Amino acid sequence: MNFSEVFKQSNQLCKVSPDGKYLATCVQYRLVVRDVSTLQIMHLYTCLDQISHMEWSSDSLFILCAMYKRGLVQVWSLEQPDWHCKIDEGSIGLVSSRWSPDGRHILNTTEFHLRITVWSLCTKAVSYIKYPKACQKGIDFSRDGSYMALAERRDCKDFVSIFVCDDWHLLRHFETETQDLAGLEWSPNGCVLAVWDSCLEYKVLLYSLDGRLLSTYSAYEWSLGVKSVSWSPSSQFLAIGSYDEKVRIINHITWKKIAQFEHPATVESTKTVYKEVERRPAVAHSSTPRVNVLTNFVSLINSLLLPHLDEICSLPVQIPVVKPDPDRANPKIGVSVLAFSSDNHYLATKNDNMASAVWVWNMQKMSLEAVLEQTSAVRCFQWDPRHPRLALCTGNTKLYLWSPGGCVAVQVPTEGGFQVHSLNWHCSDNSLILLGKEQLCLCYMETDEEDK
Amino acid sequence: MGEWWTTEASMENCEISSISHVTMSPSRQNNFVSSYLFPLAKSSYSVISAFCTEDNVLQCISYINQELASLGLCSTYIEATSPEGTGLNAVPALNAIYELLQIHRRTMSTVEALEKEQLKKSSTMELMQTSNTRLKDQLELSIREKSGLHEMERQLQLKIKTLQSCLKTEKDEVQKLQSIIASRASQYSHDAKRKEREAAKLKERLSQLLVDRKDKKLAIDVLNCLGRSDGKRGHWKTAKATASHEGEMYKSLLSDYEASQKSLMLENAELKKVLQQMKKEMIHILSPCSSSGRGATADDSQEQHHDSDGEEKMGDTSRETLDQSCEHAREQLTNSIRQQWRKLRNHVEKLDSQVSQVQNQLESNKEMIPLETHEDEMERMRCEVQQCKEFIHAQQQLLQQQLNTSFDDETAALLNDCYTLEEKERLKEEWKLFEEQKRNFERERKNFTEAAIRLGREKKAFEEDRASWLKNQFLNMTPFTDRRRCSSSDGHSALSVRSEPEIRMSSVKAQLAKSSTYTTFSTPRSSQSGAVPSTPELYRTLRLIPESSSSRHSNRGLWQECSTIEDGDNQQPPETCFPPPSVLFQSQKRHKNVGFIQPGDHEKGGTAASFRGEHKPS
Repeated sequence: MNFSEVFKQSNQLCKVSPDGKYLATCVQYRLVVRDVSTLQIMHLYTCLDQISHMEWSSDSLFILCAMYKRGLVQVWSLEQPDWHCKIDEGSIGLVSSRWSPDGRHILNTTEFHLRITVWSLCTKAVSYIKYPKACQKGIDFSRDGSYMALAERRDCKDFVSIFVCDDWHLLRHFETETQDLAGLEWSPNGCVLAVWDSCLEYKVLLYSLDGRLLSTYSAYEWSLGVKSVSWSPSSQFLAIGSYDEKVRIINHITWKKIAQFEHPATVESTKTVYKEVERRPAVAHSSTPRVNVLTNFVSLINSLLLPHLDEICSLPVQIPVVKPDPDRANPKIGVSVLAFSSDNHYLATKNDNMASAVWVWNMQKMSLEAVLEQTSAVRCFQWDPRHPRLALCTGNTKLYLWSPGGCVAVQVPTEGGFQVHSLNWHCSDNSLILLGKEQLCLCYMETDEEDK
Repeated sequence: MGEWWTTEASMENCEISSISHVTMSPSRQNNFVSSYLFPLAKSSYSVISAFCTEDNVLQCISYINQELASLGLCSTYIEATSPEGTGLNAVPALNAIYELLQIHRRTMSTVEALEKEQLKKSSTMELMQTSNTRLKDQLELSIREKSGLHEMERQLQLKIKTLQSCLKTEKDEVQKLQSIIASRASQYSHDAKRKEREAAKLKERLSQLLVDRKDKKLAIDVLNCLGRSDGKRGHWKTAKATASHEGEMYKSLLSDYEASQKSLMLENAELKKVLQQMKKEMIHILSPCSSSGRGATADDSQEQHHDSDGEEKMGDTSRETLDQSCEHAREQLTNSIRQQWRKLRNHVEKLDSQVSQVQNQLESNKEMIPLETHEDEMERMRCEVQQCKEFIHAQQQLLQQQLNTSFDDETAALLNDCYTLEEKERLKEEWKLFEEQKRNFERERKNFTEAAIRLGREKKAFEEDRASWLKNQFLNMTPFTDRRRCSSSDGHSALSVRSEPEIRMSSVKAQLAKSSTYTTFSTPRSSQSGAVPSTPELYRTLRLIPESSSSRHSNRGLWQECSTIEDGDNQQPPETCFPPPSVLFQSQKRHKNVGFIQPGDHEKGGTAASFRGEHKPS
């Protein structure tokens, strides 16, 4: 495992182009584009203000930089560095900006979710979509980029509009049976739209592309409901994480629950539990200077070279639980993050009141595969897009990796202590982008193992 | 008269009581009686003396007779011998006295018995009284307890009442709160809706305003317009376009459905296959059972036959219809499967019951068997004991006979045997010795040949030496050290080492003890062979061994450990494994870290342990 040198970055804005060739980072009001293989700067663009959002177009030719405070969007071209485009939303304000899947349109959401402005870079045309709903995930493009589903709110009722991204033609418009729609997500095959209600009601609705209601799923009533929803890459399963600390797996044929994963505080049945243990070299209470030097040396070696191995615990294992404050809104309880591995075999979950643990479930056996218990709260985890391999970080100087074969922790070997706050897998290069508070660093996995 | 009577009685009493004093263990009451009687007797002596005087003997006699008659002793009649009444006819008087005494004794005994009884009664009475008092106490206590419990019950009842009232109020409260919540919820939702409407209105107005104001800032500034990503030109929104969109949507939907249907079909086919197989196996299982199985009840077996026929028919039909996957076929299939399943279940149940029956039988037998087997066993053992006894007896007899009669030839034979055995042993030992010697000889021979060869070489070397010396003589220089000889000796030692296993191979037959002796032999031999060349040579060879090993280490250390990591070979301790890469990494690349290892669950633990082990020594 190799690590690149550290680069500056701000707002954790750092993205690899969809084709995997370039790395774009934002430093204050500058946009830096590097070649991923050499990490040399290829282009440097200067925006009008501090960049608050940055996004690659799907064809990796353009980069969108949004400055929400000024209501401005600037687009840069990689092929023609002197080409420029500036979109000013004016006094109406800007809260969100994104590319359309074709990479020729920009969708800007104005303040108060007044409307969505669709700017065409081909014709300079502008069109508006009214009544977008301000919610958790109100807009979603299908995986192939041909359809867009948008949540709308009119007359205190929820609607979903399905647009053809090609020419923004409204294909379907239908009312949903939700009290307060919280989000929608296309299945990866683009034929089913999952819509879920706000946390006050446990309700998940499944609509076909043509607006027919396929099924409704509700696990329970009265208490707080859905917290997160995720499709498996094969569109076979829909995983629903809820405030009752459970994940329910729904199948794509009958749309009924086929499995339920609980997150108990005492883990009794799993293959392995990896528990991170802090191993500090005993520097403090060493009497002679000679010993001191020796231990220092050991600690150096330990931090630089040896993977910080987690301990494998014997069952049952008690996982620390933080009781949420019942008087506060959005209690820190329930499954908030769900992630399927790229090969559909594993599902990683995080329960908010056990923030230091990541649970990995085997989707073939429908059982708990492993529990990774860290010393501090897990900030971020992501599956390798090509292998069943999970990378996670907890805001300290280590990077943790889990694969079915085992678990490993690696110290990021940089001066000044690089604290990993977030991470992103490169789409194909077998490398990871580690984001610190104001820095970033690339981590390369061994490539020969993959050749074998 | 009464007075008379009493005095006489007391007089007689006095006598008896004195007797009773002697003979019986005196009770308290007896004592009391006697103590009461004695003074009376003493005081009545004067009266007794006054009862019968010289003058009134006759009256006395008549009186006594009367008294006796009244007592029922009519047979004895006391008579005076003389009319004057001075003499007394002794016989009837004595008889009368005896009778009286008898009566008295009887009465006394009854009195005693009565007294005893009375004593007993009184003691039981006392007991009763004490128990009575105790029971009374108990009664009182229980009454008190009862009253206490009553009080408690009353209190509890009261509490229940209060709690019930509390519950009622709470229920009311809950209801009230629920209604409040409901009303609030409705109010809230209403308000939310109102607010939302307002917000919507505001948004509308805002957008209207923005549109009206013609916000100049709202603009796009592009250097030059881009082509579409697909390279096509944009087209107008027409009905045709919408239709094509619809068509495309339905197409994609259709393709998805087709795909899902295909996968379902595949799955279905697979399941059908499994079902078919199951069915076949079921038929297979069921049919022999019905034919060969239970013939216990004719009806049952017949039914089974019938059923199996039906089954096969059904199976055939279902097999036929399986391929046409239509409704009724499926129904048939499921029906037949269900039927067979039922049959199988019945069969299994029957088997279960049979098994349980058999077990029951076994259990019932178990109780029976022990007795029988026990007896059998006993009998058998007895027989065995008998046999053994007989055997022992026979042996004893034989021994006796041997000792007595045929001591000589029998023992001679025995001894002979012993001797032959001994001789065998000795021969074996000799054989071993011989073999050893043989091996020694062989070794010596080898040594000898080696020595000869070495000698030849040495001779050669010497010759060379001499030549060189001669040469040097000419050049007048110091003779150089004979390196060649060293190398040749090296080769020799290698040769000898190689030859060792060969020898060992030849001596496979040799015993373990021998082989150990052999090894002890071999060590001096090797030293001997080493001693044959010159001492500096020996030193050199000795020095060479550590040198070569260390050099090998330094040369190969790095790669070797790499290979050990890859192969998982644990011959090299981890201490030697890890420092080299650290050096490598530090020197080559600053940010090079140890590779991503994917250890197995247990292997991982092992490596962790090894890492820990590495740290400890330092």
